[in-house]
Amino acid sequence: MNFDVITSYIPLYTEAFFLTIRIGWTGIGLALFIGVFVAFAQHFRVPVLARIAGIYVELFRNTPLLCQLFFLYFGLPKIGITIPAETCGTLGLGLLGGSYMAEVFRSGLGSIPVTQEEGALALGLTRRQMFTYVVFPEALSLSVPGIVGNMIFLLKETSVFSAISLMDLMFTAKDLIGLYYNTTEALFLLVIFYIIMLLPVSVLGSILENKVKIRTYGA
Amino acid sequence: MDVDMRPILEVKNISKRYDDITVFENLNLQVKKGEVLVIVGPSGCGKSTLLRCLNALEPIQEGEIILDGEAIRPGSREVNKLREKVGMVFQSYDLFPHMTVLQNVMLAPIKVKKRDKKEVREEALALLDRVGLLSKKDQFPRQLSGGQKQRVAIVRALMMHPEVLLLDEITAALDPEMVQEVLEVVLSLAKEGRTMLIVTHEMQFARAVADRMIFIDGGHIVEEGTPEEFFEHPKTERLSSFLAKMRF
Ligand SMILES: Nc1ncnc2c1ncn2[C@@H]1O[C@H](COP(=O)(O)OP(=O)(O)OP(=O)(O)O)[C@@H](O)[C@H]1O
Ligand SMILES: [Mg+2]
Repeated sequence: MNFDVITSYIPLYTEAFFLTIRIGWTGIGLALFIGVFVAFAQHFRVPVLARIAGIYVELFRNTPLLCQLFFLYFGLPKIGITIPAETCGTLGLGLLGGSYMAEVFRSGLGSIPVTQEEGALALGLTRRQMFTYVVFPEALSLSVPGIVGNMIFLLKETSVFSAISLMDLMFTAKDLIGLYYNTTEALFLLVIFYIIMLLPVSVLGSILENKVKIRTYGA
Repeated sequence: MDVDMRPILEVKNISKRYDDITVFENLNLQVKKGEVLVIVGPSGCGKSTLLRCLNALEPIQEGEIILDGEAIRPGSREVNKLREKVGMVFQSYDLFPHMTVLQNVMLAPIKVKKRDKKEVREEALALLDRVGLLSKKDQFPRQLSGGQKQRVAIVRALMMHPEVLLLDEITAALDPEMVQEVLEVVLSLAKEGRTMLIVTHEMQFARAVADRMIFIDGGHIVEEGTPEEFFEHPKTERLSSFLAKMRF
């Protein structure tokens, strides 16, 4: 391994790293927002919306991100809608992630036992208060492991962004290999930067999971 | 036990059905202020259902439930107001797992009654102290034993200053060594003149705590009386055999 090569590549990777992080986390934010919204629509069986939510979840969970990105980046311009590559990446990640997050929230909401609701109602809480102070926070605690898992999954999914010519980490590595054939160095840095991106998430995630564990059911 | 004559709770001719099952029909009951009524009966006779109806967690098909002069109708707007006056503790510990003990007991007074936080906190600490759980105030339910959880659940209900307290087999899910600590709390509440409706299978306890006993079977109140009459001189065959089965 040539360390001069590595040193000279680092600035390129750093730039790609920040682009990946920016798109990744904006996408995750969007995914959380969509996920909560969709899960609410399904949980409360909102007419029409619940139906649309169900179709949305199945559609996006069962198609690869690559297809979704192609659709946004190459498909939409055909009907006159052109979206910049970075927005496509964020949107694609948000829509894919939204379908995964929705499932996590929905199962969280669904697993709060009815005795919890009755306990709250018996105290005189309204249904809205019951949901706000009891059901939703409990569902959120239960959802933490799923949310963290999805975050890691989504950050890894950014590796397909190169397909719509976003200069993310994967794009940078492929590009450098194609230009200079320093495969070992390029791949080494790729792995290192992915670890830098993901390790803190899984470490902080485990800490958070342990923290909320005490706030869920159990003996 | 200063029992005055005014009924705080009146159950008039209520019927409760689930589809094709009739749980009870034309049931009548009056509970006076300060009275402790213990309800016993075989499994499935509708004890839990009765308490749930009294707290409007279940709709009734006929009749009327009147609390402190006001009718309780499930679904109507005044239901929440009435639930504030009727505290309930269930068999399953239903503490909110994501809140500490103190947060659990402070939630309803603050959110429902909009009372001052500091004042509620002081009252909560005093009550937790009374049931011997002051040191647990910052623990989560998961960190408590079953008996401790039930004592917190009682405090949580008391924090709403209910006119009537409904207790549904609150020791049934507890290990034997924890039953006593919970029953002692209930006994002390009875001594201070709380109005309570208690469903229990603990016959010793029933006898000690009750001002009046009722025995429900087959959708009717089969027998009713003072603990003395009830346990020493059961009038019906059904009650005697029930008591025999409870090994009393
Ligand atoms: N949600 C429901 N739907 C249909 N039937 C029900 C429902 N809840 C209770 N029942 C029926 O109503 C009857 C009374 O039940 P309930 O739970 O009140 O009995 P219980 O006296 O409290 O019994 P236990 O001593 O076992 O707690 C039972 O026959 C039960 O099967
Ligand atoms: Mg019962």
